[in-house]
Amino acid sequence: MTKVAEKKIEVQDPHCAAPNLREDHDKGLELLKYLVIGLIFGIVFVKAEIISWFRIQEMFRLQSFHMYGVIGSAVVTGIISVQLIKRLNVKTIHGETIEIPDKVFKKGQVIGGFIFGLGWALTGACPGPLFAQIGSGYTVVLVTLISALAGTWVYGKYAHKLPN
Amino acid sequence: MEQFIEWIKQPWPWYVAGPMIGLTVPALLILGNKTFGISSSLRHICAACVPAGIPFFTYNWKKEIWNLLFVLGVAIGGFIATNFLANPETIVVSEATQADLAALGITDFSDLMPADIFSWENMTNAKGLLFFVFGGFLVGFGTRYAGGCTSGHAIMGISSLQWQSVVATTFFMIGGFLMTHVLMEPLMKMVGF
Repeated sequence: MTKVAEKKIEVQDPHCAAPNLREDHDKGLELLKYLVIGLIFGIVFVKAEIISWFRIQEMFRLQSFHMYGVIGSAVVTGIISVQLIKRLNVKTIHGETIEIPDKVFKKGQVIGGFIFGLGWALTGACPGPLFAQIGSGYTVVLVTLISALAGTWVYGKYAHKLPN
Repeated sequence: MEQFIEWIKQPWPWYVAGPMIGLTVPALLILGNKTFGISSSLRHICAACVPAGIPFFTYNWKKEIWNLLFVLGVAIGGFIATNFLANPETIVVSEATQADLAALGITDFSDLMPADIFSWENMTNAKGLLFFVFGGFLVGFGTRYAGGCTSGHAIMGISSLQWQSVVATTFFMIGGFLMTHVLMEPLMKMVGF
């Protein structure tokens, strides 16, 4: 919990977006804005049927354009947004300069990415839809979530022994 | 208003959903200098609940509470959409997919999730072990090893033009294709489909 411990983490896992070590202005109720963005996000996930196991199967079987359209247009929107933020030097609502940490290449992006892909096709969910499925009442997905937590934990325990 | 509600209850097309998801990237950046990523929440939950002295989980997770609130919001959003904005019609799954899945033993195409798989009853047999326990483990282990999931890499990473995220996303897809086209059939047979 100390600053030293945080620094140690940074050295061990520089490519991971978290922990977020920048100054935090969000206190108390202001944090609720993240809940609201998440809430909208969850509604989109369900309404566009992104949480559906069938839609993920259609995607991997190349039998529907839907998921490719969703991910593709999300990426295009994201690229345009980030470019606008950079070129117009848009600041945060607190007046800070917006920073996007650079990712560092690691073997994990290949090996871990591949492992996640296997799980994605089985569960029909990446971590986001997992939470939306549970909220939608598919309570058995809680088992998937707990298993995903176990997977994350096991990775954390053996991270230093894995090729990276 | 009623017409609006009727309209909103229809399944949303990709060109509405995709841009809305993409806008999460600038929304989080502008509202709080946060980079979009969901699988990190799993790490924070581990750090909060079972850090066990592991360096990877020894950090001030409370600083990352925004991420946990975000995923809580996703769950609440799922609840709202399903209970108040649900599509009265059944989901339309592509016929080719229905045929492929029928061959694997999936018979129920009436809900977002196949009832043949997503039931608590399956926790008493090997089906649950494969789809929830094993599948979930791969998702958690793989995303952390990769340093992100579809949101952190495919959307946030590619949005900020980072080639590492293109690599990660490519391997997400390779894993998914291999599971779907090669491994799924024998695995499903093994667990009794």
